[in-house]
Amino acid sequence: MWRFVGIRLLQAIPVILAVITVTFFLVRVAPGGPFSAEKAVLPEVKAALEAQYRLDLPLFQQYTAYLGDLAQGEFGPSFKYPGRSVNELIGAGLPVTAELGFYALLVAVIIGGFAGVIAALKPNTAQDYIPMTAAMIGICMPSFLLGPLLVLVFGIYLDWLPVSGWGDIPGDKILPAITLGSGYAAYIARLSRAGMLEVMSQDYIRTARAKGLPEWEVVVKHGLRGGLIPVVAFLGPAFAGLLAGSFVVETIFQIPGLGRFYVQAAFNRDYTMILGTTVFLSTLIVLFNLLSDILAAWMNPRLRAQFGEN
Amino acid sequence: MIKFLSRLLAVLLTTTALSACTGGESNVEIGNRTGVLHFGNGSEPQGLDPHVVTGVPENKLVRAMFEGLTVKNPWTLEPEPGVAESWDISADGKIYTFHINPEARWSNGDPVTAGDYVWSWNRALHPSMGNQYAYMLYPVVNAEAFSRRETEDFSDVGVKALDDQTLQVTLNAATPYFLQLMDHYSTFAVHPETILKHGAMTDRYTKWTRVGNMVNNGPFNIKEWKLNRRIVVEKSDTYWDKDKVRLNGVVFYPTENIVSEERMFRVGQLHTTGTVPLDKVPAYQAMENTPYVQAPYLGTYFYLINTKRPPLDDVRVRQALSMAIDRVKLNDTVLQKSNFPAYSITPPGTMGYNPPKLFDYDPALARQLLADAGYPDGEGWPDVELIYNTNESHRKLAVALQQMWKDVLNVKITISNQEWKVYLDSVDTMDFDIARRGWIGDYVDPNNFLDLYITDGGNNSTGFGDPRYDEMILKLAPQAKTQEERYRIFYEAETMLMEQMPILPIFTYTSKKLMHPSVRDMPSNLMDSLNLKYVWLDPDWEKDNTQ
Repeated sequence: MWRFVGIRLLQAIPVILAVITVTFFLVRVAPGGPFSAEKAVLPEVKAALEAQYRLDLPLFQQYTAYLGDLAQGEFGPSFKYPGRSVNELIGAGLPVTAELGFYALLVAVIIGGFAGVIAALKPNTAQDYIPMTAAMIGICMPSFLLGPLLVLVFGIYLDWLPVSGWGDIPGDKILPAITLGSGYAAYIARLSRAGMLEVMSQDYIRTARAKGLPEWEVVVKHGLRGGLIPVVAFLGPAFAGLLAGSFVVETIFQIPGLGRFYVQAAFNRDYTMILGTTVFLSTLIVLFNLLSDILAAWMNPRLRAQFGEN
Repeated sequence: MIKFLSRLLAVLLTTTALSACTGGESNVEIGNRTGVLHFGNGSEPQGLDPHVVTGVPENKLVRAMFEGLTVKNPWTLEPEPGVAESWDISADGKIYTFHINPEARWSNGDPVTAGDYVWSWNRALHPSMGNQYAYMLYPVVNAEAFSRRETEDFSDVGVKALDDQTLQVTLNAATPYFLQLMDHYSTFAVHPETILKHGAMTDRYTKWTRVGNMVNNGPFNIKEWKLNRRIVVEKSDTYWDKDKVRLNGVVFYPTENIVSEERMFRVGQLHTTGTVPLDKVPAYQAMENTPYVQAPYLGTYFYLINTKRPPLDDVRVRQALSMAIDRVKLNDTVLQKSNFPAYSITPPGTMGYNPPKLFDYDPALARQLLADAGYPDGEGWPDVELIYNTNESHRKLAVALQQMWKDVLNVKITISNQEWKVYLDSVDTMDFDIARRGWIGDYVDPNNFLDLYITDGGNNSTGFGDPRYDEMILKLAPQAKTQEERYRIFYEAETMLMEQMPILPIFTYTSKKLMHPSVRDMPSNLMDSLNLKYVWLDPDWEKDNTQ
């Protein structure tokens, strides 16, 4: 098991190094720089700014200097927000985005898992079709449509929930979590339905029923554990995706998370911020993929056997 | 498992229900009671250092916390005493002597001195500082030379502290708008000891503006700064004019998404918004007792023409394109009547100056001019492309223009959008035929618009250049003896510019905002200049408004 984790971690290093290198040179190729503005910047001012941020050095030297900083855990100063380091900006945004991602995932697992299991118990009946149709709509409905719709209904017409903010007014985390989670809930519904269908036709389920166990116990004790394995495998990448993809929801609800920094950095040509967020998120994605592989192995006896444990 | 799930569900439902019950009093209601203004401020500020930042949200924040030598009166925009309690101007208009208010204090209790200004202007102009608004001080003798490293010695620059209370500034030429510039944040003083405590004088990357570190001299002090969430300021008790300040505090929200901002206003989370989504304007305009406030704004929306590229190098073609635009119809339809048609670069009524109007919508003359230029009824018209930065309202306008040119002149112009920084690069390198552009004035004077088009000016971007125009703007106008003479020279220069038509003016901007009826003494003005010192909130607004 430890060998497997070690190998996967070693494999991650060249991947992340490639991400750094490609991003570093790609952002420099994009037209426009961090200091171009609508009102032309005087040449002497631009030169002073470039000197303050090492942009006057040859490109390769900038690259090696950046790698040097990175080795010490420093992402460097932000171009867009003078006086703030990229570490600080990520530090400010990450807890918010992670919390939002966690709630969204919770919403997704509860609603999706429930819908999927219900559907799988009576396949090809109304009990299957209704949740699955809802799931299909959930997949198709983009968050930039769902978010404003929810706000309009629950925030403005019914006046039950705040329309924006994060942790300022009680209940302002509910709508963003539902908006972000609903798309994932739909995926999880489909995954858990498929997983449950497969498991419920296995021999050991028939055995359990033959023992005379009540149906709910068959489902919960024997069915769920196997049926939800595909869902667990999906959770790692889903959480990483939630972190990197929360931009739209963060914008709709004015949430001070990482997603907004990530996207705006590209528009601002905030070189250090683009690199910092990209490197950080890609590392996170690699780690979460690994984590969900480990989790799936732990839940699945057949995979566990491959690691020579159990 | 099911037990766990049902518990979770119960918790979720209870929190929903609870929040529904507690959502009684809104920000606006609480704010009216406690004297705290909730202000929609566009975007997260880059920072709060007056010599580093640029931009509208930053301007509003910095001017809440710092004060210049003069302050613009929000009703008239006339300069009134700020840190300087009075000033003398020499007869030739070149020497300004500011008398600093002995009561002016930094927030740590130190007096604000003339020496602080000399030190701060050294910082603002220093070539290593990279201050993008350093040019605001260029009317001062040798200020430009110092910031271009042509002289290393700051004592050559025309600013001297005669004593702690007296600051003498010597200008290159009489500059009628100089007092206005003293209310621009790039000319503000900063507290030298505080800056040096957190880094070198010219460091951009320091923590001196953080809560707990910042020392400032304005009506409000920073209390809380949560990134992308809010900045809270509270009334300063060291400010010299604190008795006039009626608000106890202001909460600034970075409301990047203007649709969300409008929703926040509707549910009482904000007293005022920075702007209003264009498609909501008609509904707000139609409302009784509307919170919608619209006022002329010192800015022009126009298109740049690359005068070096055929067929646009022919002045007749440029004039034809301009006369084929029905600006009134454009404003009534696409722009929802929310702006003013423009026929010149300077907005009308800029400190009493009114620009020439040389042309109007004239399809027949436009067709004639195009035929004279060799394209009768659009025959032989080459590929011409119009670029704009990606934005829905720019797109709508470009599409409307494209259709007008097709209908009137039978010419085909392709339109394409570019991402912001790509577009800036295209404009900067003149890699375009026609490009969208806007210009917002930094100070209320025609010079701020007309000096854009001096030959090879940094913001010219059209290839237009005329020695006579340069002479009028750079030499004759500054030497003018009276305001009338000066405006006459500007008028002549602008006439020349609009005859040559290197730009197509489209409309004059307006500022648009939503304002809760409890907000008092926050008047609209041409600069959209906010002076929070005067603003107050009326908790009894419902009663007062019906009286």
